[in-house]
Amino acid sequence: MEQGIQFFSGFTANDFLFMAEAAWRTLLISALSIALGTVLGGIFGWALHEGRLWATVLLAPVLDVFRSVPLIIQLVLFYNFAPIVGLNLDAFASGIVVLTTYTAALVANVARGGIEAVGEPMRRAARSLGMTYWQDLRYVVLPIGGRAVFPSWVGVALGVMKDSALVSVLGYVELLKASQILITRTQEPFLILAFAGAFYFALSYPLSAYAEKLEKRWAL
Amino acid sequence: MFEYNFHWRPVLRSLPDLLEAGLVTLEVASLAMVLGIALGLVLALIRLKLTGPLRWLATTWVELARNTPALFQLFFFGFGLGAFGLHLTPYTIVLAGLTFNCAGYLAENFRGGFQALPQTQIRAARSLGMTATQAYTRIVIPQVLRMVYYPITNQMVWAVLISSLGMMVGFRELSGETQFFASKTYRIFEYFAVTAVIYYVIVKIILLASRLLAMKLFKY
Repeated sequence: MEQGIQFFSGFTANDFLFMAEAAWRTLLISALSIALGTVLGGIFGWALHEGRLWATVLLAPVLDVFRSVPLIIQLVLFYNFAPIVGLNLDAFASGIVVLTTYTAALVANVARGGIEAVGEPMRRAARSLGMTYWQDLRYVVLPIGGRAVFPSWVGVALGVMKDSALVSVLGYVELLKASQILITRTQEPFLILAFAGAFYFALSYPLSAYAEKLEKRWAL
Repeated sequence: MFEYNFHWRPVLRSLPDLLEAGLVTLEVASLAMVLGIALGLVLALIRLKLTGPLRWLATTWVELARNTPALFQLFFFGFGLGAFGLHLTPYTIVLAGLTFNCAGYLAENFRGGFQALPQTQIRAARSLGMTATQAYTRIVIPQVLRMVYYPITNQMVWAVLISSLGMMVGFRELSGETQFFASKTYRIFEYFAVTAVIYYVIVKIILLASRLLAMKLFKY
């Protein structure tokens, strides 16, 4: 009459809910970081284009570091650095900070490309029509340059969405971490990974296809 | 403010091990790139020339590689294949995952390269008496490789950066080794800071080497 101990249990409806919640967290952390990073990156891109001394000497090399060090290292580094300077950040907040700066570093180049895509004569024409510097930036450069680099921006945003999976290294339970937890318990790796993969794919594939289409249509 | 005492001595003591692990990172990334370039060429040609199941397979490969997180791909080769009783070593997991990813991204670059090459060149080559294979190996592929030289360089950098995910599947490349030492000594910040520097240097060396090679290769 031995009572066996059950270590593993099957995949239940509850687990599905758990994964859906984790998928929501993936969306949340990506959306926040992409939004904040895009704003910051736009400002950085503008600064790089303007070519002020501080931008070329300070900003450009720093942004380069964010692009040359693996994101996972940046995450671990920041997560362990924050307490040293007295900041008490949880995995979510640390993830947001790191993903935002990472996005900003990537968007900066895109934004700079966008500003450079607007020809100098066009901008001079705007100024000679009496627009101020900021009006020119807002009503001429933003619509034209923004359109030129919108497809690349989509690429960056989708990249960040996929890279948000790395925040799991800090223990933030996003989709991939949740999958890992469930796999350990249910021993059904294929099914669960297929779910997770399908979610990322369903999000990324239509958007990248759309961006590609726009790129083709606007490439003239 | 700084109540934390930095201890760099243990890091310096294990620096030789870290540098050696850096070589492992370079090795696995280079190998994945070599395989990825070969497979990427094959995938691109299949997608351009063939129809039927082979083309479908190639398209699925490329889209999956580009639209799911790299970490997901590693997990898939890690425990996903375990569902079929296929257990790979950490080295093979990382190599397979990186190759899968690089081949997918490079295939798209190659496809663009092939499409950018005028069809008349093939016809000219054929009319000079070359066979189809000769035309491809001597005329088309060298030019395409030249067109995609910079994308390949970027992909190499990317391969080095995502090889850091080896840490998540227990592979002792640079990140995995760092994590091993960090958890042994609890000097997490110090170890990862040094590793970040090593990654930065590796990336810069790759970019420099690529530029020097380009000067030699593309003189004419």
